[in-house]
Amino acid sequence: MKTRNIMIVGVGGQGSLLASKLLGRLLLTKGYDIKVSEVHGMSQRGGSVVTYVRFGDKVYSPIIDKGEADYILSFELLEAARWTEYLAPGGKVITNTQTINPMPVIIGAAQYPENLVQKIGETVEVIAMDALTLAEQAGSSKAVNIVLLGQLSRHFDFTEEEWMTAIEQSVPSKFLELNKKAFTLGRNY
Amino acid sequence: MKKLMLGNEALARGLYEAGCRFVSSYPGTPSTEITEFVALYDEVYAEWAPNEKVAMEAAFGASLAGKRSFCGMKHVGLNVAADPLFTIAYTGVNAGMVIAVADDAAMHSSQNEQDSRHYAKAAKLPMLEPSDSAETLAFTKLAYELSERFDTPVIVKMCTRVAHSQSVVETADRVECVKEYSKDPAKYIMMPGNAKLRHPIVEQRLSDIAVYAETADINRIEQGSDNSIGFITGSTSYQYVKEVFGDKHPVLKLGMVWPLPTEKIKTFAATVDKVVVVEELDGFVEEYCNTLGLEVSGKDILSNIGEFSQGLVASTFGIATHSGKKAEENIPARPPVMCAGCPHRGLFYTLAKNKITALGDIGCYTLGAVPPLAALDSTICMGASVSGLHGFVKSGSEQRAVAVIGDSTFMHSGITGLVNIAYNDSASTVIIVDNSITGMTGHQQNPTTGKNLKGDPAAKIDLETLCKAVGIKRVRVVDPYDLAACEQAVLEETAIKEPSVIISRRPCALLKYVKHNAPLTVNPDKCKSCKMCMKVGCPAISMKAGKATIDNTLCTGCGVCAQLCKFDAFDKGGEN
Repeated sequence: MKTRNIMIVGVGGQGSLLASKLLGRLLLTKGYDIKVSEVHGMSQRGGSVVTYVRFGDKVYSPIIDKGEADYILSFELLEAARWTEYLAPGGKVITNTQTINPMPVIIGAAQYPENLVQKIGETVEVIAMDALTLAEQAGSSKAVNIVLLGQLSRHFDFTEEEWMTAIEQSVPSKFLELNKKAFTLGRNY
Repeated sequence: MKKLMLGNEALARGLYEAGCRFVSSYPGTPSTEITEFVALYDEVYAEWAPNEKVAMEAAFGASLAGKRSFCGMKHVGLNVAADPLFTIAYTGVNAGMVIAVADDAAMHSSQNEQDSRHYAKAAKLPMLEPSDSAETLAFTKLAYELSERFDTPVIVKMCTRVAHSQSVVETADRVECVKEYSKDPAKYIMMPGNAKLRHPIVEQRLSDIAVYAETADINRIEQGSDNSIGFITGSTSYQYVKEVFGDKHPVLKLGMVWPLPTEKIKTFAATVDKVVVVEELDGFVEEYCNTLGLEVSGKDILSNIGEFSQGLVASTFGIATHSGKKAEENIPARPPVMCAGCPHRGLFYTLAKNKITALGDIGCYTLGAVPPLAALDSTICMGASVSGLHGFVKSGSEQRAVAVIGDSTFMHSGITGLVNIAYNDSASTVIIVDNSITGMTGHQQNPTTGKNLKGDPAAKIDLETLCKAVGIKRVRVVDPYDLAACEQAVLEETAIKEPSVIISRRPCALLKYVKHNAPLTVNPDKCKSCKMCMKVGCPAISMKAGKATIDNTLCTGCGVCAQLCKFDAFDKGGEN
């Protein structure tokens, strides 16, 4: 099987590490070779962060290069636009429509681009959703990551039960129901 | 059992399985998680040392006592530990001793891009370099075998993409391995008479390990179908080469980067038309090949700056890749910033407002250099703010200047600089930004926090007493959320012509025990759009429709911005 590539992008602190951990656990139970590449340290302080998830029969490189991603799962709209050129032909962007201003925009040194959903949609296939509102419906704004994983899950053959098991293995039990609800809201969107 | 593990977790697992009993490290990205993961095994004693030199010497002591030992650090940490490294190379070990060093090509979270392989050569030590988590686990166990077989510390060299990538590993059981201690002055007391006798032993040992390297499985030749090119490579570069070429071209995959297997390299080169060495950063293996008289390609076509990728390797060899499409040309950068509620913000605002030169240090607070605060003037290495300030002040500069250093960094390397300020009497003002944790690397305990690596209560260094004990008479504490108090302290201490310390104390806003206030709100009728509140560079404040607005998902209610508002436009919430 050809190696499949998923990029998880967002702003440091949005929970991309949990999303990649969960995905990794699920893929391991399916017997794939897997590489998941994360960013720690300085980039986590509100900077642009990217996690690469690759799986297949044999995976060599831990990273995904331009033009290689089958899916870009983006927790923030500007970050979806930043990484669009990493998408492979036929790839899809699944993005949160939430916007978080980066410091150059906050201090007026740059503009947050307008109509980004439309611009991304003119370039590649995009699914844009208000994952923040769905996460709040589930019980916490922090569950944006799980809402988006729910939407991503529609594009893979794994059963809902398999995803739920991976959630159980990855989140503390007191947040389990919240995260399951967030996943379902994202999956059914 | 198959598991998905981060490279750093796999290294920790390797330590556990190899029967390692003692771990001492100082945190540093990308090496930190090795020690955090190994601390989860009850069979292994693990600690945070104040710095890498202390950690390495402690690990040596444990090895001397007969317990397999380990210390881990980032590339620049090995500079700090270089002093013991070069002499432990002479003494060798009793029980196995392994040192991990993690390089950070592309400087994801570092101040330079040095290539640690040079240390192995300079200190005449063996160095192993894994390319994924499974190899990391296996090489760590092998490192202990080699350490005891050849009587040497062994370095395992990691890099960001191995340390911070998860891949599949097979775990095994732990095997205990303990040696007896016996006194051996000629081996362990490195005074000239003994050291002169040890040096030839070191040279012989390196020759012996080079012989081992010739037949070692970790230096393997993978055959290909097309011998027009043969690659010599290792670490992640190996993965990129395989990603691009698969089994097409022969590959000499080096798991040991020092000493190098001379005959194996020559034999490999003889079977291919052209040898290309693919290695990140310096042309370390390439230069070695040159000394063998081999004509190889390497840094003539590949950069010695930054990281590689499969796309970069492909384009170097003229292989077309899909370039992807941009959705938008003008995408603003999103650099890391100080968090909302960061206690350092109030202090940096004060320094910037008063145009005070600030020699900075290594930690989250390096982000005080980022606009709009732009409050720092230099950042070199751990501790350099304090010692650098002394030189700046003693040189006779009239510019008001301070050093800014974190609590953990101060314990690591700041104290000796402060001793110099007191001893040689410079009118320096050192500001210790004490956020009660090692922040940047992800909240590690340190000697000022009162807890150890496992989270248990530990001795707590009293910074005020310590500063006074080294001879600083003027020591005061301020709350950086109180801008007026902060400004008063900074202006008074920088005006007085004697050494002083200001401790800017408030715990990191991300610590779980820190209670936040309710988010502030802006009354748009009172907001005059003066943008004074924007000067603190808080990610929770932005201008929308000409008025300041607060992102209530980020705001911690610290109130620093409200102190800048001349129009009383901020409404405070209560305790949250």
